[in-house]
Amino acid sequence: MNFTEQQRRNRRRTQLLLGAFVTLFGVVGYAVDVTVIGARLPLATMTAALLAAAIAGLSWRNGADWVLISLLAEPLRDSDPEHRQLANIVDEMAIAAALPRPRLYIIPDPSPNALAAGPTPARAVLAVTAGALALLDREETQGVVAHEMAHIGNRDTAVMTLVSALFGGILMLTDWARRTLAFGRQRGAGANPLLLTFVVVLMLCSPGLSRLLAMAVSRRREYQADATAVALTRNPEGLARALEKIAASEFPLRAATRGTAHLFIVSPLRRRVDDRDGAWASLFATHPPLAQRIALLRGMRTD
Amino acid sequence: MWVVVAVVAGLLGWLVFAYNRLVTLKNQVANGWKQIDVQLKRRHDLIPNLVSAVRGAMEFEQQTLERVIAARSRAVAAPAGAESVAAEANLSRALRQLFAVAENYPQLRANESVLKLQEELTTTENQLGFARQYYNDVATQFNTQQDVFPASLIAQRCGFQHAELFAAADDDRGVPAVDLSLHAGR
Repeated sequence: MNFTEQQRRNRRRTQLLLGAFVTLFGVVGYAVDVTVIGARLPLATMTAALLAAAIAGLSWRNGADWVLISLLAEPLRDSDPEHRQLANIVDEMAIAAALPRPRLYIIPDPSPNALAAGPTPARAVLAVTAGALALLDREETQGVVAHEMAHIGNRDTAVMTLVSALFGGILMLTDWARRTLAFGRQRGAGANPLLLTFVVVLMLCSPGLSRLLAMAVSRRREYQADATAVALTRNPEGLARALEKIAASEFPLRAATRGTAHLFIVSPLRRRVDDRDGAWASLFATHPPLAQRIALLRGMRTD
Repeated sequence: MWVVVAVVAGLLGWLVFAYNRLVTLKNQVANGWKQIDVQLKRRHDLIPNLVSAVRGAMEFEQQTLERVIAARSRAVAAPAGAESVAAEANLSRALRQLFAVAENYPQLRANESVLKLQEELTTTENQLGFARQYYNDVATQFNTQQDVFPASLIAQRCGFQHAELFAAADDDRGVPAVDLSLHAGR
């Protein structure tokens, strides 16, 4: 399979997943509104959607700066040859992707990793750890930077903001439903125990289900960024070797948290599930198994 | 009656859309071409510095250095078009040869200003390659858009012409292979 087919497939799967997510939000909202609160207007659904959108919008606008601060990121030093080389590589990828050059930062951490964030390509930031600069050669760094430029070009900050808004909205809805049910104030479904059972089961399942969906979208965006990176460099081997080297390195990234994990090129938390493959372990990971990504890259044709 | 109005409106809408898409692509192609020129200019500017930086250490390689200088002046002087493309390809070959020969001079690897220039030329070569890759991609889109039916009907009448692609000239295309800089030995 060549990278264009890969990109098309990933785009379709993301759309399917996002569609499923929106549907889940709608179903949960409807259930809460009709059976638990008994409202004619979808009040709970609308409130949850608005609140989640407001919070997500705020993090969409300022998230990049919060992330940079939390990771103690520093701007590049022009006197350092490694930093100058990184800036050059980023320029190369910006040309290949026809995007403006993002603001560049170094994360002072020995763990090899990189991330991209920012609401629009014009305001994007790209950060690389000091460990990645030390570990990777020019070709490999180019692959990593291409992956991050792909995230920027594919508008993945916007995609993941939408996902976290849906996730947060569903959590709000189920929380309200739980409280209402616990206090026994439900009106609409009081007469129908079967419907009520269904709603209770839905409330119990939907937080876990939406978490699974969010992780699935995140993993799909990683595959997509890998494929797009190959479209930019026409060199799958550079990124594949970089991922191999990163997989072999032992350091976890100290400053990373679960909130920022999905931004990185490989999961900075390095929990065991990230390195194991197998369907069950993969379900709960923000990133696909590294072995799987490397195998896909190695099999990617660039014609 | 309304059907006719709807059909005419739809047709007009499509005309505007198809024409605008062609114009957008044409501008992208022109911009892609300009990006290539920027990189070529930068390469021309860097080469004299590099030559004077390595000259002292490479006194036995005058011939290689002369070839680079000659290729550069030909590339600078070449008029735009096929001649310029050929001259630039020639310059790329001369540079590559210079870097290959420079491998034999370990003192160059320890010279900071040479290393810096090498990195600058490496990235310029890469950026040139990627600028051409991007140009070829949008030029292909532009050409396809002119050929597919029914856009082909307006493309001809409005005087759009196919953009010329960069051929993968012998060794001049291998985009990411160039690595002459800091980590080359690793």
